[in-house]
Amino acid sequence: MKLSAQRLFAIARKEAMQLRRDPRSLAMGFIVPAAMILFFGYVISFDVKDIKLGVLDQDLTPRSRELVEAFQGSGWFRVTERLTRDAEVAPLLDRARVRMVVTIPSGFQAELAAGRPAPVQALVDGADANTASIALNYANSIVLAYSARAALGMQDIRPPIVVQGRVWYNETLTSSNMIVPGLIAIVMMVIAAQLTALTIAREWERGTMEQLAATPVHSAEVVLGKLLPYLVIGLIDMLAVVLIGMFVFGVPLRGNPVLLFAMATLFLIGSLGLGIWISAAIKSQLLATQTAMQATFLPSNMLSGFMYDIGNMPILLQAISHAVPARYFINVTRGIFLKGVGIPVLWAQGLAMIAFATIGLTLAVRSFRKEIE
Amino acid sequence: MNRGRLWQLIRKEFRQTLRDPRAARMMFISPVLQVLIFGFVVNTDVRHVRTIVFDRDATTESRALVAALTAADYFRVEANANTPADVVRALDHGDAVLGVEIPRGFSADLASGREASVQLLVDGSSANTANVALGYATQIISRFGLREGARVAARASTTPLPAGVDFRSRAWYNPNLKSQVYNVPGVIATVMFMMCLLLTSLAVVREREIGTLEQLMVSPLKPTELILGKTLPVVFIALVDLFLVTATALLLFDIPLRGNFALLLVAAIGYILAGLGIGLWISTVSKTQQEAFMSMFLFFLPAMFLSGFMFPIDAMPPAFQTLTLFNPMRHFLIVVRSIFLRGGGWDVLQGEIVTLYVMGAVVLLFAASRFRKTTA
Repeated sequence: MKLSAQRLFAIARKEAMQLRRDPRSLAMGFIVPAAMILFFGYVISFDVKDIKLGVLDQDLTPRSRELVEAFQGSGWFRVTERLTRDAEVAPLLDRARVRMVVTIPSGFQAELAAGRPAPVQALVDGADANTASIALNYANSIVLAYSARAALGMQDIRPPIVVQGRVWYNETLTSSNMIVPGLIAIVMMVIAAQLTALTIAREWERGTMEQLAATPVHSAEVVLGKLLPYLVIGLIDMLAVVLIGMFVFGVPLRGNPVLLFAMATLFLIGSLGLGIWISAAIKSQLLATQTAMQATFLPSNMLSGFMYDIGNMPILLQAISHAVPARYFINVTRGIFLKGVGIPVLWAQGLAMIAFATIGLTLAVRSFRKEIE
Repeated sequence: MNRGRLWQLIRKEFRQTLRDPRAARMMFISPVLQVLIFGFVVNTDVRHVRTIVFDRDATTESRALVAALTAADYFRVEANANTPADVVRALDHGDAVLGVEIPRGFSADLASGREASVQLLVDGSSANTANVALGYATQIISRFGLREGARVAARASTTPLPAGVDFRSRAWYNPNLKSQVYNVPGVIATVMFMMCLLLTSLAVVREREIGTLEQLMVSPLKPTELILGKTLPVVFIALVDLFLVTATALLLFDIPLRGNFALLLVAAIGYILAGLGIGLWISTVSKTQQEAFMSMFLFFLPAMFLSGFMFPIDAMPPAFQTLTLFNPMRHFLIVVRSIFLRGGGWDVLQGEIVTLYVMGAVVLLFAASRFRKTTA
């Protein structure tokens, strides 16, 4: 039987109609991406500033006050507690009232003046390791700068080496510039697999699968026809997320938008195919949704480099991450958005997208053919 | 209330829930899996940052600077560039995150006391890593500069240079600053919440979908017995998960448990009550299991994001920080982390625990009254 565009569109129309009657799924398709992008854009931030600091100044001299002032004036720390006794330190940290306590022992100014090493201690709440190491980092540079000034008699000295740090692609180190392009990949994959996971399972649950099998349609027509409405939803989502990213959060789109959408279409086809395959294999809407969620949400969130650096993972998980399609698509979105690179840099990821789309479609068509026979 | 009837219903619930091997897998294997994922994957430590070095000076001093950069495990030199274009290419392709350029004349400037300069280029598309890496690199290079500068100054003058501040820092509760120690206990909170929400709502909606809810209605079961029969098995499963996650955390990841486990159990009961209430409430607004699952998900996701589980609450906008106060997961996470890492006791945690019980009671009573109305 030859593929017919007319039959394909008839299936697509039926699927679209069914989808329209299922408001909760439809809401899932539009509200979840919008909510996720607004939420991640506004609420999530990895910027560490205004760290709550406790100070135990036992020296109470001009020099020790200058050091405290250096912490306060840095913008990274906010002195929220001033202590008078050693015994007050532990309860503050135990109750997580401050992140760090800096102790300046008595004799600080005298030691400095004598040219001997003047001890200063910092106790940091290490429970949240990430924030703690950033805080320590800041504290170190504050004390380092102060120490250099103090050693040379509080004159403003010229440091021997000037470090000129420049950040590329994301000059202001804004979290949303990093999150939004990555989020596009996550949202696409989750929504696509989630929505399609329902389609075949629904036919089975309602007993309409046999009817569909008895109608003179090619299995590829059924699969493609079922994909089409979801592909449209996915591309609308994509467009919305890109526009919100650009105009609400000011994420720059430096590369070629056409290339971005071409890659996104391939990625969507792959994810949709995966959803149909899961749906055909499981036959129950409930379990299909749950499986799709576990097969897409966790790996694309955790193993794609979206939030956590792949280079830090154990070797085995790094190897597994090569099988996560979102990993490649995130390289594509970040590359096109932030770095403005094109096919010369992204050709390998492009091949990965083509492979993913082909595998997804093949799995979908084959699983469907097998089910009917 | 009749204890015999209640017991029969609980037995039936257990049998029905555990009969499906896939459900059992979800209840007991997925929590362990999540611990593994959060233990191994969620690693926010910035280590071994891929670095490309463009050393135009090629002297003993410039090599000493590169050695100082790589000494502490923070940076790993992946390649040496011969042209500026090499650095650009490495960053574009993502082969390197940091580019270090040491200009010609670096060592001569240092030796003569002129201002020497070093350029750092960092790939900002991963903002967190970029920020931390830039901080580390700047610090290491500045310290190197002060040391070298002091050497030069000492050679020029006869008196030794003053020593400056001797800064010592220590991290409490997690001395090696491993992110697992913070993240793994947190999994207890997400897993238990997910189970309470999902199992409770499905247990009720399943009956409605198959049409057996009417049968239960006409049976002599009282509404309270019905609610208890549906929720007690969930309490049991959630507690089993609590033990399971705790055991995995202690055995596999060496997470310390410094506080009192019994206190954790006490807090967990309050938390479970809140979870059951929300699950029951979801069951009253869902006709099919599919709908219940989706509603659960739409509720669970924001609750997780606004709990401080993955993203620090301190860094959120003030309005959202206030919103997190209504999230039971936030309060339970504080309890879990405090008991595991800080050895927190009743004196520290009473506020959170009481809040959990109040929330649990309010939500559960509200949901139960709604449940009576929709089923009656």
